Amino acid sequence: MIPAPFSYRRAGSVAEALDLCTEYGEDAKFLAGGHSLLPLMKLRLAMPEVLIDLGPVRELSYVREEDGHIAIGALTRHHDLEHSEMLARVLPLLAHAAGQVGDPQVRHRGTIGGSLAHSDPASDLPATVLALDATLVARGPAGSREIAAADFFQGLFETELEPDELLTEIRVPVPAAGAAGWSFQKFTKRAIDWAIVGVAVQGSAVALVNMAGTPVRAAGVEAALAGGATPAEAAAHAAEGTSPADDINASPAYREHLARVLVERALLEAQSV
Amino acid sequence: MTMVYEDHGDEISDVPMRRIRFSVNGQKKIAEVEPRLLLAHLIRRGLGLTGTHMGCDTTNCGACTVLVDGRPVKSCTMLAVQADGREISTVEGLATASELHPLQEGFKEEHGLQCGFCTPGMMMAAKALLDENPDPSEEDVRWALSGNLCRCTGYQNIVKSVLWAADKLREEG
Ligand SMILES: Cc1cc2nc3c(=O)[nH]c(=O)nc-3n(C[C@H](O)[C@H](O)[C@H](O)COP(=O)(O)OP(=O)(O)OC[C@H]3O[C@@H](n4cnc5c(N)ncnc54)[C@H](O)[C@@H]3O)c2cc1C
Ligand code: FES
Ligand code: FES
Repeated sequence: MIPAPFSYRRAGSVAEALDLCTEYGEDAKFLAGGHSLLPLMKLRLAMPEVLIDLGPVRELSYVREEDGHIAIGALTRHHDLEHSEMLARVLPLLAHAAGQVGDPQVRHRGTIGGSLAHSDPASDLPATVLALDATLVARGPAGSREIAAADFFQGLFETELEPDELLTEIRVPVPAAGAAGWSFQKFTKRAIDWAIVGVAVQGSAVALVNMAGTPVRAAGVEAALAGGATPAEAAAHAAEGTSPADDINASPAYREHLARVLVERALLEAQSV
Repeated sequence: MTMVYEDHGDEISDVPMRRIRFSVNGQKKIAEVEPRLLLAHLIRRGLGLTGTHMGCDTTNCGACTVLVDGRPVKSCTMLAVQADGREISTVEGLATASELHPLQEGFKEEHGLQCGFCTPGMMMAAKALLDENPDPSEEDVRWALSGNLCRCTGYQNIVKSVLWAADKLREEG
């Protein structure tokens, strides 16, 4: 399977990527790790006329500690998040979740920015940054702006990003001492697969993978925890307000069941960290 | 490089060809490619290195795994133009003229293959593991090969083969 023809432009820097984007407008798409976009192009489900390859933009591959938060470049690959010593120390949830994405080859190509911009509710990192209350930084022709993770994901493959905006950085507040407990539960049939349902917990923040058209916070669970509920009592609220898909892997009822089971496991594991 | 594509009725485009420089198994190359050419096709058809197999063409099976600057990559899901300036290693680069690579010896000693279709991808994914972690546990090996499917062996002997190679490489220092 070979993609439809397209013109290929290579950006060496953020500024160049934005210039190219202005030049080609809606005909163009950014190419980061290509592990969501290229499979779609091979199936002809995506047929951009121009690809702007961000591969050489090395300035956007980093993990840095800044005051009160961790700054992650949008082009940082899953493998590099998984193996970042700083993340293992300060944000183990993110390092661990990145290590659960796909398989080693996928993690060596795929980037956190690509995963978030792609906005697939079955992906691991969108729910993870939602649980972490991250802020996403987008740069466009008019400059930079910050978007809260809670506002970023609009639907399947839809985000707050304008077509001419580049996601440049993900800022994650360092969890407070009392919120250090974390867990990531991913239910799949094989290591390589997307989650049938997943749960990311940091402190008492709980986010769900693949339980709606976007990643969602389990508001019912969080409210119950705030009211002093035990993990088992709180987990009973896991499926409230969700709208899980019906597909070859699971029915909505089974996904709701999984959400309750996995949220309880996640809360218990987070308590023991 | 002359490529023949399936005709999906796309408009015949005049997308310019790109000239890329890269190295494969230590040899420097220049190629002229259409941007939509996949790295797997550059390797198999352009370079004639057919040891890199294509099993699924959907990023699932790992048979097409090669190393790009040392990182394991499914070459059916990377564009040839993205290999510009990079070092590619394929299964053909493992053996020297006189000696098999310890991974190849391991697969022979431990019967790590049956039909052999998945084997080049298995070996390249395993090489990436051993380059990073010379003393892997069985669990490490299984996790490192989780992006590679084998329809024949049931994996047991593949894992043993990689552990055999790890021992041999450590002995050789
Ligand atoms: C076999 C396989 C298994 C997988 N399993 C999982 C899994 O278990 N869990 C999981 O979460 N994911 C999984 N993935 C998806 C993988 O994580 C992708 O790498 C990721 O979703 C997309 O990142 P990318 O860098 O490859 O983006 P690309 O494919 O390059 O881009 C994706 C989209 O985002 C846009 N984009 C990319 N970067 C930016 C940016 N900086 N700013 C603005 N727009 C941008 C692109 O234009 C494109 O529309 C899997 C993929 C494969 C092929
Ligand atoms: S052919 Fe590339 S992963 Fe199967
Ligand atoms: S040996 Fe036949 S697919 Fe692995």
